[in-house]
Amino acid sequence: MKQTRKEKILIVDDSELNRAILADMLGEEYDIVEAENGLEGVAILQKMGLELSLVLLDIVMPEMDGFGVLDTMNQNHWIDDIPVIMISAENGSRHIERAYELGVTDFIARPFDALIVHRRVVNTILLYAKQKKLVGMVADQIYEKERQGNLMIDILSHIVEFRNGESGLHVLHVRSLTELLLRRLSQKTDRYRLTPAEITIITTASALHDIGKIAIDENILNKPGRLTDEEFAIMKTHTTVGAEMLENLPIHQHDPLVNVAYQICRWHHERYDGRGYPDGLKGDSIPISAQVVALADVYDALTSVRVYKPPFPHEEAVQMILDGKCGTFNPLLLECLQENAEVIRSGLAADSQAQRDQREMRNIAQEMHRHEELAASERTLQLLEHERMKYSFFAAMTQEIQFEYTASPAMVTISAWGAEKLGLGETVMDPLHNESALALMDPEWIQGLSNALHSTCPDQPVVTYDCQLNLNGEKRWFRIVARATWSADEPARYTGAIGKSVDIHDSRMKLHALEQMASHDTLTGLLNHAYAKKRILERIESRPTASFALAIFDLDHFKSANDTYGHSFGDHVLSYVAEKLRQSIRGGDIAARVGGDEFLIFLEYKGDLDLVVSRIFESLCGTYEDFTISVSMGIAPTATAGCDYDMLFHSADQALYTVKRGGRGQYRFYDESMKQMLSVISPIDSGGEADAASAD
Amino acid sequence: MTLQECYAAMGGNYDEVLGRLRSDRLIQKFVLKFVDDGSYQLLLDSMASQNYEDAFRAAHTIKGVCQNLGLTRLLDSSSRLSEALRHGYTPEADALAEQVGRDYQDTVCAIRAFQASVGT
Repeated sequence: MKQTRKEKILIVDDSELNRAILADMLGEEYDIVEAENGLEGVAILQKMGLELSLVLLDIVMPEMDGFGVLDTMNQNHWIDDIPVIMISAENGSRHIERAYELGVTDFIARPFDALIVHRRVVNTILLYAKQKKLVGMVADQIYEKERQGNLMIDILSHIVEFRNGESGLHVLHVRSLTELLLRRLSQKTDRYRLTPAEITIITTASALHDIGKIAIDENILNKPGRLTDEEFAIMKTHTTVGAEMLENLPIHQHDPLVNVAYQICRWHHERYDGRGYPDGLKGDSIPISAQVVALADVYDALTSVRVYKPPFPHEEAVQMILDGKCGTFNPLLLECLQENAEVIRSGLAADSQAQRDQREMRNIAQEMHRHEELAASERTLQLLEHERMKYSFFAAMTQEIQFEYTASPAMVTISAWGAEKLGLGETVMDPLHNESALALMDPEWIQGLSNALHSTCPDQPVVTYDCQLNLNGEKRWFRIVARATWSADEPARYTGAIGKSVDIHDSRMKLHALEQMASHDTLTGLLNHAYAKKRILERIESRPTASFALAIFDLDHFKSANDTYGHSFGDHVLSYVAEKLRQSIRGGDIAARVGGDEFLIFLEYKGDLDLVVSRIFESLCGTYEDFTISVSMGIAPTATAGCDYDMLFHSADQALYTVKRGGRGQYRFYDESMKQMLSVISPIDSGGEADAASAD
Repeated sequence: MTLQECYAAMGGNYDEVLGRLRSDRLIQKFVLKFVDDGSYQLLLDSMASQNYEDAFRAAHTIKGVCQNLGLTRLLDSSSRLSEALRHGYTPEADALAEQVGRDYQDTVCAIRAFQASVGT
C-alpha cells in the first residue's frame, strides 16, 4: 500500500505556549517542527529546505525577527518554493505591507481561531502542492512529447528513405542545413519574421518533405537511368501526394507543425522564377519554409551519391547551384548558403544524431531555464534528494569532520559524525559568539582561519590551515582544508566556506618527537652539540650587536667516579649536573652536553659577566651522594674572542685547558695569553705548537 | 472550581475563547500551561536590569499568549506595557509593569485554584 507522508510545517515563534496551541491545532494532519527564534528557524530551513511545506512565522522574536527570516528566505530564494504565513498581534498596516512585499502568502492575526488557522494552512499547502505538481507534470510532459515527436518523425522519414534506397542521412542533412540557413536568414532580414519557435517548427517539419514518395512505384524511385516523361510526371506527384496526406489527417489539422509540413511537401520543388512544380509559384508566394528546404534538398542531393550519379564536392555543388543548374533560388538564400559555406562543408557531415540531440536538449534546457517556475520540477527535486543522500552517506563513511559555513546568516553546519566528535550540534548559529564553539577553538586560531579564508580569491579559494582544537579537555592538532565560497556577481563577495577537518595530532606528535630526538642528548635531555651550535649561530646572527659568552666546563676527576662507583653512577652524576645547569641558567640561555662529561653554556650578557658566570659556577659545585662535584670552566666572550663559532669554541676550550693546568676547580676567561695553549676537547690544527704540552 | 469560574476570576472571556479553540480540553490544557511560561520572569528580570528591549519582547509575548487564551485583563495591561516599551523606556512603563505584575499574580492564583480543584 502506498504510504502517505505527512507534510511538514515549521512554526517559528518565541512563545512556547503559542507554538503549542498552533501545534495542537495542526498536529493531527501535519508533522510540526518548532523553532523558538528567527535564527533557529533559518537553521532549520537551511537543513530541511523543500522538505518543508509551510512556515508559520511570528514577527517579534529575539535573535532574529520575522522580517530577518523573510530577508534570508528571499536571499536564498527559499521563498519561491516554501510558502510563509505570518502570525502576529501586530496589525499595523506598515507591518502587513512589508510582509507582503517580502513574499508572505497570508496572515493569521492573534488571537488564533482554530478553524481559520486550519483552513488557511490547508489552503496554502494545497495551492503550493498543486502548483508544484503541475510544474513537474508540465516539465516532464514537454520533455517526453518533444522526444516522442522527434522519434516518430525520424522513423517516418527513414521509412521513406529506405524505400528510396537512400542512406538515411538525407533527412538529417536537410534538417541541419535548413536550420543553418534559417538562422542566418533571420539575422540578415526580418522580412520573413522568423521567430526561434518558427525556425524549430520548420526544421522539424523539413524531415517530412519527401513523405509523398511513399506512394511512388519503387521501380520509378530506384531507376538508375534517366526517367521518361511519363515516369517523371509520376515522380512529380510526390509533392501533391505528400501534401494531401497531411491535408487529410483526421486530427491535428490546425497544428502549426502540420501546416508547415504541408507547405514543405507541396512546394519544395517550386523555384523562385516560377519554373518549378507542381503549382508554378513565383518569388515569395512560395512560403519561406519550402524555399529553404528546396535549397537544402538540392544541395544534399548534389553532394550525396544517387543511383544515377556520384557525389559532387562542396565547392562544385555550390557553384552549380549559383549557376542556376538546379533552378533559380531566392538570392537572399543563396547569400546565406555562401556565407555558411565553411560551417556547411566542415559541419554537415559531422552533424551526427547525437550532436543534434544534444543541441535539442540544450534548447529545451534553456527554454526551461527561462521559465523560473519550472526549475523546481519533480525531476530536479529527485536528483537533489539523491545527491543529498549520497553526500550524507559518504560523509558518514569518511570519519572526517565536514562543515559548511555561511557568513550571512552566520552559521556552521557540521556532518553528523563530526558534530558528535566535537560535541556540538549539527547546526551552530552565530559560531563566532557561540560559547561551545569558542571553547573548542581559541580566538587566535579562529581569527587566523578567518583571515586565511578572506584573503583567498575566487580563482584560488582553497586554504590549508593547521590549528589546535580543545577536544574533551585535550588540545589536539587538526588540519583544516577549506574552500572559500565567493558569490558569482562582480565584485565577488565572500559568502562562507566548505571544508573538512582531520585529526593530525598523532602524526604531528611523532614528527615532533623525532625532531626532539635528533636535537637532544638522550641521557641528560640537554641539546646535543650539533644542534646547540645551530641555535647559537642563529642567536648571534639575529642580534649582531649584543654581547655573548660561550663557556665550556667539565667535571674534575669524573673518571674516578666511574671507576669507583660504576658507569651507571657516572650517568646519574651527569644527569644531576645537567639538572643543576638547567636550573641555574636563564630562559634565553643555551645549555648543551658536548660529549662525555663536558658541557657548554651560551649566554647573552649586558653588565658584569663575571657575576653571571660565578653564580652559575657556584651552583654547579656540590656533592652527589658521596661524590664531590668540582667543575673546571673556561669562558670566551665574543668581545675578546670574536663572533666566529669555531674560534669562540676554541677559545673557551683553551681557557678551560688553562684551568685544568692551573689545578682545576676554577673558572677563567679567555685572554690573549692562552693563544698558545693546547685544547682539552678539540684537536689543535693551527700548527706546530700542538706538541708543547699534554692535556690534563 | 470550573473552567468558567476560573476565567471569571482571571478577568478572562471564556465564551470568546471557546468560540475560537472550540474545545474545553484544549483551553484547560493551555491555561494550565500558562503558569509555566517563562515570559513573566523574563519581564521581571529585564525590567530590573533595565534591558528594555528584552522587556518589550517579554511584554509582547505575554500579550500574544493572553490574546490566544482570552485573558482579557492581563492582555489589557500587558498590551499597554508593550506599547510603552516599543520604542525604548518611557516613564509610564514602571507603573504599567506593576499593573501587569498584579494582574499576572491574580491570573496565576486563579489557575492554581482551578488546578487544585481538577486535581492535576
